[in-house]
Amino acid sequence: MSYRITDDCVNCWACEPLCPSQAVFAAEPHFRIDSARCTGCEGDFAEPQCASICPIEGAILDPSGAPVNPPGSLTGIPPAIWQQTQAAIQAR
Amino acid sequence: MNVQDKIRNHPCFSKDAHHHYARMHVAVAPACNIQCHYCNRKYDCSNESRPGVVSELLTPEQAVKKTLAVAAEIPQLTVLGIAGPGDPLANPERTFATFAALTDKAPDIRLCVSTNGLMLPQHVEELCKYNIDHVTITINCIDPEIGAQIYPWIFWEHRRIRGAKAAAILIDQQLKGLEMLAERGVLVKINSVLIPGVNDQHLAEVSRVVKEKGAFLHNIMPLIAEPEHGTFFGLMGQRSPTADELKAVQEQCANDMEIMSHCRQCRADAIGMLGQDRHAEFTLERIDKLEIDHAAAMERRRQVHKEIEANRAAAQPSRVLVSLDRLTRTTKAKPGLTGADVGNAQVASSAKAFQVAVASGDGRAVDQAFTEANAFLIYRLDAQGARQIATREVIAQLQAGNEGAAGADKPAAITALDDCDAVLCTRIGFDAWQQLEAAGIRPLTAEAGAAITAALANAYSDWPGAHETNTDTTGRALSA
Repeated sequence: MSYRITDDCVNCWACEPLCPSQAVFAAEPHFRIDSARCTGCEGDFAEPQCASICPIEGAILDPSGAPVNPPGSLTGIPPAIWQQTQAAIQAR
Repeated sequence: MNVQDKIRNHPCFSKDAHHHYARMHVAVAPACNIQCHYCNRKYDCSNESRPGVVSELLTPEQAVKKTLAVAAEIPQLTVLGIAGPGDPLANPERTFATFAALTDKAPDIRLCVSTNGLMLPQHVEELCKYNIDHVTITINCIDPEIGAQIYPWIFWEHRRIRGAKAAAILIDQQLKGLEMLAERGVLVKINSVLIPGVNDQHLAEVSRVVKEKGAFLHNIMPLIAEPEHGTFFGLMGQRSPTADELKAVQEQCANDMEIMSHCRQCRADAIGMLGQDRHAEFTLERIDKLEIDHAAAMERRRQVHKEIEANRAAAQPSRVLVSLDRLTRTTKAKPGLTGADVGNAQVASSAKAFQVAVASGDGRAVDQAFTEANAFLIYRLDAQGARQIATREVIAQLQAGNEGAAGADKPAAITALDDCDAVLCTRIGFDAWQQLEAAGIRPLTAEAGAAITAALANAYSDWPGAHETNTDTTGRALSA
């Protein structure tokens, strides 16, 4: 099992050079992880590198499918407020 | 090269240069290694760029091509900066690939980088290999407890770190990078975002410390915290500073260092003079079609810069004459000072107010280029505000070979405006720019559609005479 990138990815390129297995690659509409290459950084780093630098909550899922950085964990913005703002931004 | 030579043609570092020279930014650096509570990573970095804006991300190859195209069309260009959309040193490979190519292809263009400083010490040596003699670092605090309220996390040595520990690492790296750059003769500007209730009482200390470590310029930027930008501060109700608060903090910091007062908080893909962004003119599609003789373009830039410098030198004596005139008038006002004399002095002072010709078709917005305008609205500005005093029609404006009858060697438009201190338009071509300056009229630009009142307020705050007027007023108050 490997880590996965969701549609929330904003293509900031931060994770791509960090992956010790070169599993992260640019794709459309967002970056992706090659599951055959992903090791979850076991043996390389204590923490998965892509998820440790990713600035977007919910953009990276762990092997169980749970967000590594759930809503509110990076920005400090309560999830309910964030969802309202997201809706307003998308309505623009 | 001394400090004055280094800054004299950099619009962000020199208050005077920003009237004459242009800069551009290229958006090649999308990644970031920290989070600031005033930033939303869906948009450009707020440390240097205007919040809520998204730039088109470029590869280094595209950025180089774009820079060369812009430099060929805007010969006043002196500086190329990388300021985002993320942090240039969080993507060092993309940043340095761009700088390496430009150092080779356009060695006359100075390179500039703006960074949060986290990775700066590690890259100082690399930066100094290129044509970089200006760096901007955003430093919002030097106290980790204050930093913990601004930075929710940093990515450091392969881990995400939070809280005061994260802030302490960031601050240490910022100050170390500043010292390393200053030791190598690089000019460093410090940007600080003023956050009421968080670091407003702290920035004077920041200013003192960064000066001690070799910073050249300190720019205090107001927090912009709109909920619609989706930032922590915006959503959680942190307010922006008032104009008075911003001014008070800038004055506290001014005792220690030169304070930048002409910052326009650019987009990460800005092009042109400060406050006049022309990025929309230079799409990648259009640039791909251009055929440019780069050697000829570089020579033209050299000639243009030489003429600009000659005009700047020629403009100095008129400023001295204006000052002498003010001194004379002030001296005359002192003997037998009565109410009537004070009134007369004020009227006389009013006669020397800043006079601006505005190119506007609808009377509400600046919406015409200099060569488009058939008439100009004449405004008089002083400390009490702006009022329109005339509308002036001009004919035969700046057309080749079509000289106005009134002035043998000046286009009619410039002759018609020769009692004005400045002209305010959406665009002013290079030839017109030079002719206006030669006539002693300051060319100013505003974004198309900018409200006249707001644009005039900006112009007034940039006018050197505004400070002289204040000094004059202070002088009279002291003698009263």
